[in-house]
Amino acid sequence: MQNSVSFGSEENLLSMMERRRKAGVVWQAVFLFSTSLAILFLILLLFSVIDSTFGFAAIRYEKKPSELMVGKSQLSDFSRQELEETAKTHLSSGILRRVEYEKPIADRTDKDLIGILEQYVLQPSVLRTWGLWASLTKQGEINEYLFDQGDAVLTFKSWLTIDFLFADQSANPLYAGIRTAMLGSLWIILITFLFAFPIGVGSAIYLEEYAKPTRLTRLLQLNIFNLSAVPSIIYGLLGLAVFVRAMETFTSGSLFSGVADTTANGRTILSGGLTLGLLVLPIIIINTQEALKAVPDSLRMSSYGIGATKWQTIWGQVLPVSIDRILTGTILALSRALGETAPLVVIGASTFISVDPSGIFSKFTTLPIQIYQWSARPQGAYRNVAGAAIIALLILLMALNSSAIILRDKLSKKKRMEA
Amino acid sequence: MAIDNPHFRKKSRFHEHIIETVMFLFALFSMLITVGIVVILVRESYLFFSDPQVDLIGFLTGKNWQPMIHQFGFLPLLNATFTTSIIAMLLGIPIGLFVAIYLAEYASDRMRGILKPVLEVLAGIPTIVYGYFALTFMTPLLRSLFGQDVVEIYNTASAGLVIGILVLPMIATMAEDAISSVPKELRLAAYALGGTKIETTFKVVIPAALSGLSATFLLALSRAIGETMVVALAAGAGPKLTANPFKAAETITGYIVRISGGDVSYNSVDYNSIFALGLVLSIITFTLNLVSRKISTIFHQEYE
Repeated sequence: MQNSVSFGSEENLLSMMERRRKAGVVWQAVFLFSTSLAILFLILLLFSVIDSTFGFAAIRYEKKPSELMVGKSQLSDFSRQELEETAKTHLSSGILRRVEYEKPIADRTDKDLIGILEQYVLQPSVLRTWGLWASLTKQGEINEYLFDQGDAVLTFKSWLTIDFLFADQSANPLYAGIRTAMLGSLWIILITFLFAFPIGVGSAIYLEEYAKPTRLTRLLQLNIFNLSAVPSIIYGLLGLAVFVRAMETFTSGSLFSGVADTTANGRTILSGGLTLGLLVLPIIIINTQEALKAVPDSLRMSSYGIGATKWQTIWGQVLPVSIDRILTGTILALSRALGETAPLVVIGASTFISVDPSGIFSKFTTLPIQIYQWSARPQGAYRNVAGAAIIALLILLMALNSSAIILRDKLSKKKRMEA
Repeated sequence: MAIDNPHFRKKSRFHEHIIETVMFLFALFSMLITVGIVVILVRESYLFFSDPQVDLIGFLTGKNWQPMIHQFGFLPLLNATFTTSIIAMLLGIPIGLFVAIYLAEYASDRMRGILKPVLEVLAGIPTIVYGYFALTFMTPLLRSLFGQDVVEIYNTASAGLVIGILVLPMIATMAEDAISSVPKELRLAAYALGGTKIETTFKVVIPAALSGLSATFLLALSRAIGETMVVALAAGAGPKLTANPFKAAETITGYIVRISGGDVSYNSVDYNSIFALGLVLSIITFTLNLVSRKISTIFHQEYE
């Protein structure tokens, strides 16, 4: 592109016009290319997760079914009696006691028993896994590997199964699950909501309905915007110093003696929920302010006009018409909290936990933390497990976000009908 | 008369005052968070710097961060943080800007209807998933492109590129707002002078939106510097001063996560050091946010 326009011969002029036109076409192609890149990134991201969630796994069993019962090549061929017998003779006494304690063997279903026998007697271990893409394209390499390994069994595995959702953590990636982590996440979200929602909405009501444009108000507003841009890890440090350490007697529950989990020393669901509450508070305030701003002033004026007080106006008129937007904003803030990892790792939630959280004073792990731990492990199979956990997390987030949309539609429809 | 009737007098409504006070206290609470952050970071940092093993000059200029042998120079961590952030900006700014230009100036309504949700989904994905993506996709990709010997398993390039993807939706959305808020008259004037669409975009619209765009870029940089999970998974553990983006190096945030994730005992130098680094991180991001805000207020004055 040239800045100076020279009116030379017609030929020059035409070639210049042509150059300018071409520049436009080239740049438009660049813009389009960048945009497709953005879409490609999203596709690749989802692909990389799905790729590791499904695929072949080479598994080696310590024992074969034929070693347990002559002439049977599969556990499912065993009769009921044979299953019970094998369980009693081959399970180690400790595991047998635990299994019997949870539910007597005689009462268990066949499927249940097969599962137990497979896990504790056949003892499968994952030698190597392949992603979906490699499973479909690199048959030769996989067969070669299997040939080298000899007795390994190849199975096409979906790492995301119903069992995966309901199993707790395990040292064997084949039996690891996310129940503990999901319960932890739900508990945390509950505390976060109970803590941040009233304070957030209250702050927003003050700033939008009561506050006069003073220096203090401007300072409060500026502060909220600044807080919303503070890196999440800083909230983790704040939570570590305040909730985990300074308020330990409160957050560990030892203040209310009897219910305390003595080993948690402040690294509890309560601490985690409060920390994330601080994190999402500015977001809830800003979203609620937007919702309140959208309420027309005429509504407030008519309410005052018929003699309502300020609070009557807010409670009876302003909040009912803005509640759908407030809730939508809050749910979006909570979905941010659901995906947060760094602050919770900083307050020390990142430990191996296989016990379900039993209350707000329990130690906990959450879905993102679980994903972090599994991804960070060197064993390949945990990457697949992490992929499955990511899909579960994304589905959970999608459910939360769509519930926000459904809620909004429902409430606004109700409002229209009343009007 | 009715005026004298006590029922018609304005009542002092006590509970109205209580409600207002409670709401005010709620609003003050956010102030308390800021005060809390400042007090905690400064107090623990003070403890860190008053430790005999640590001195401020050594902290600011030292090229080694090895708490085991009492060396606390934060340059390796800072260097890694800037390496990942700059790589992120090199990817995120041009692509984000181009997407924004496409959205604001070229895209049809139908195209915007597809693109906006894509950006929203990208923005809504938790950062830990981006970390996983860096580890399982970006790193193997870089290793197969540049060679297994050149690119280490953990490296800042992979983390940086993925952070670039992570801030892309934010840049695109905010930059689109900045570009869209340029008055239409400016474009029409440029067309009237015979400018082509691309000339109008680059010589009229972008300069007019420049302050909003710079504010966006600074905010994105601040976000990239504070990003944690991607670097914790993909950039490597162990502070190292290196200019090579294909080598492993630990960032400020990566170090904080690694140290606090282990069982660190209170009042140890390790424990205090993460707060000192948190203070550094806060100062950097706060300054960037402040400058970004200042720039965008100037911008708003221009067009209102």
